[in-house]
Amino acid sequence: MNPFSTVTGQVVPLDRANVDTDQIIPKQFLKSIRRTGFGDNLFDGWRFLDEGEIGRTPNERRLNHEFVLNDPRYQDAQILLARENFGCGSSREHAVWALLEYGIRVVIAPSFADIFFSNCFKNGLLPIVLEEEIIEELFQIAQRNAAIDLVVDLPAQTVTLPDHRSVPFTIDANRKHSLVNGLDDIGLTLAESDQIERFEEAYKQTMPWLFEQPAETDQKGPNS
Amino acid sequence: MQARLIHCAAAFLPGIPMSSSTLYDKVWDAHVVGQRADGQTMIYIDRHLLHEVTSPQAFEGLKLAGRQPWRIAANLATPDHNVPTDNRAAGIDGITDLIAREQVVTLDNNCREYGITQFDILDPRQGIVHVIGPEQGATLPGMTIVCGDSHTSTHGAFAALAQGIGTSDVEHVLATQCLVQSKAGNFSVEVDGHLPDGLSAKDLVLAIIGRIGTAGATGHTIEYRGSAIRALTMEGRMTLCNMSIEAGARAGMVAVDDTTLEYLRDRPFAPVGENWQAAEQYWRTLVSDDAATFDQELRIDAGSLVPQITWGTSPEMVIGVDAATPDPAAAPDAQAADGIQRALDYMGLGASQPIQGVGLDRIFIGSCTNSRIEDLRAAAAIVKGHKVAGNIKQALVVPGSGLVKAQAEREGLADIFLAAGFEWRSAGCSMCLAMNPDRLQPEERCASTSNRNFEGRQGHGGRTHLVGPAMAAAAAVAGHFVDVREVA
Repeated sequence: MNPFSTVTGQVVPLDRANVDTDQIIPKQFLKSIRRTGFGDNLFDGWRFLDEGEIGRTPNERRLNHEFVLNDPRYQDAQILLARENFGCGSSREHAVWALLEYGIRVVIAPSFADIFFSNCFKNGLLPIVLEEEIIEELFQIAQRNAAIDLVVDLPAQTVTLPDHRSVPFTIDANRKHSLVNGLDDIGLTLAESDQIERFEEAYKQTMPWLFEQPAETDQKGPNS
Repeated sequence: MQARLIHCAAAFLPGIPMSSSTLYDKVWDAHVVGQRADGQTMIYIDRHLLHEVTSPQAFEGLKLAGRQPWRIAANLATPDHNVPTDNRAAGIDGITDLIAREQVVTLDNNCREYGITQFDILDPRQGIVHVIGPEQGATLPGMTIVCGDSHTSTHGAFAALAQGIGTSDVEHVLATQCLVQSKAGNFSVEVDGHLPDGLSAKDLVLAIIGRIGTAGATGHTIEYRGSAIRALTMEGRMTLCNMSIEAGARAGMVAVDDTTLEYLRDRPFAPVGENWQAAEQYWRTLVSDDAATFDQELRIDAGSLVPQITWGTSPEMVIGVDAATPDPAAAPDAQAADGIQRALDYMGLGASQPIQGVGLDRIFIGSCTNSRIEDLRAAAAIVKGHKVAGNIKQALVVPGSGLVKAQAEREGLADIFLAAGFEWRSAGCSMCLAMNPDRLQPEERCASTSNRNFEGRQGHGGRTHLVGPAMAAAAAVAGHFVDVREVA
């Protein structure tokens, strides 16, 4: 994961609540066994009028010009602004991969769904929760003047508005540390292997039934 | 980084009284491996369920880093999202979509390489991962269970702490047998009274989501409690816990009682002999203490409920069968009005339109929410002796597992569905998310026993109405929505 420090970028205002991960990346694109190739199909059902399939490139599709991501004014957006409960629904991490590959580095919303929020940090996408009033103000600013940039400073935990006002945001200290340093979560946990082994040994004593799998279930089904 | 860990293994020993703990507190505490300085906790994972869609990138990551799975026996895999529901005798060759086929083959290869137990596409035990876990007794009380699928909350019906995770966490759990997260809040949903005849756990959970909204329980684990919950079968409890995620809760749980234990006894993965006795003694403690307190509470009188139907594009957009769609003009603010209008437009419905009488194109009975034997029995009881209405283009029944399918055939349910004009398919996620060939065409309207009515969920431009199995069956016969209480 690449280290994350500051992002100075354009904001695209997606004025909808409860944006679910089925919208962020529809199911037909989940058949891929890779982590890449999702950016062209971000918000596929909203960005395009025709149905998307794996392998069809955006230039052979019919664009939905009503959708904000297709507005020529927001083509350099790195920051997505949305309403409450962003990322609800399916646990698909493909939603985060699609946003990143499209070029989004930060999502700002009044609230996020839990699994999506957690998935963001594993990939270097920064989800920022701000108060409703600030969100409303940001929508008005971004809808009025697309050319404005926000400065998101993760080490300082601030979002700086065009009028130089600085809005603080909170973030879990460990998550911040991992993002800023681009750390490998699994490596961090494996550094505590002794701890896991000690737990497991004690746990086996108290809950032995969890460690004794019936013999026949160790095998594959009769038709295999 | 200096993640400071405090060893907590001694804190959970069964028998040590914690007189004001919730069920969630107890299961959480029993799995704490260590506490990090900033409040994040490493919890041990007992059961990891895998399917073809969210695991390939995790296995790839594991290989690239040269890591091995921590505990092979904790894992159980099956393909479900992509598998076709017909022509199953052909096995993998029956998957005509080559990209989908590669994904199923990749799961096969990964399971073979690491020695992970898999019920593959030809195994009679194959099915939707959230159906086969409980069916096999691989889901047990007090377990922590994860799967790269948000409907993992289903397994909470067994007093397990079961959560959906993303692919990075699938890799993390494979490699470390742990999940790092912050503890959620406790949310009590207490349901008393009797569910009226004709209603099921599906109507109950839709009503709960309608009450608190799709973000109502975000950051919380729901415990469903009260006499109406105790009265539910395990399958009803699974339906209820399954849709906890649709209320924003990553996990939903129900305490252990005799119903739980009776369901599990003699299941293939369940403990036997002395192990069962020791387990049962512990499992009996998996209830919230009388003095337990909750961060949020909701009370519902089951007796006041009517059959539920979603009208819009979010599960919270739900009404009783005797009601009409909302009027955007009556919304509290412009943003809410806009959301209602957009949903009505997508669904092809008008404001204040009575939901009964809305005509349908397809019927889907299946999904991890409603594809178990009791669901099929409830639907068959309505269908028996009737025909699917002429305007219905397709009525599908997709059992949740190969074993559910076989049982339904033994009970004569398959014959009832077939005689009525339903298609009788093989197990998989099918039209719940339309990754396989079962899907809606644009603007087609479906009465579906699944869990999400998001735009395009069941097919590009498709219109989904979530209902319980009996309501879906009644709608199939009538060709439009009807009140199942007047049909049954």
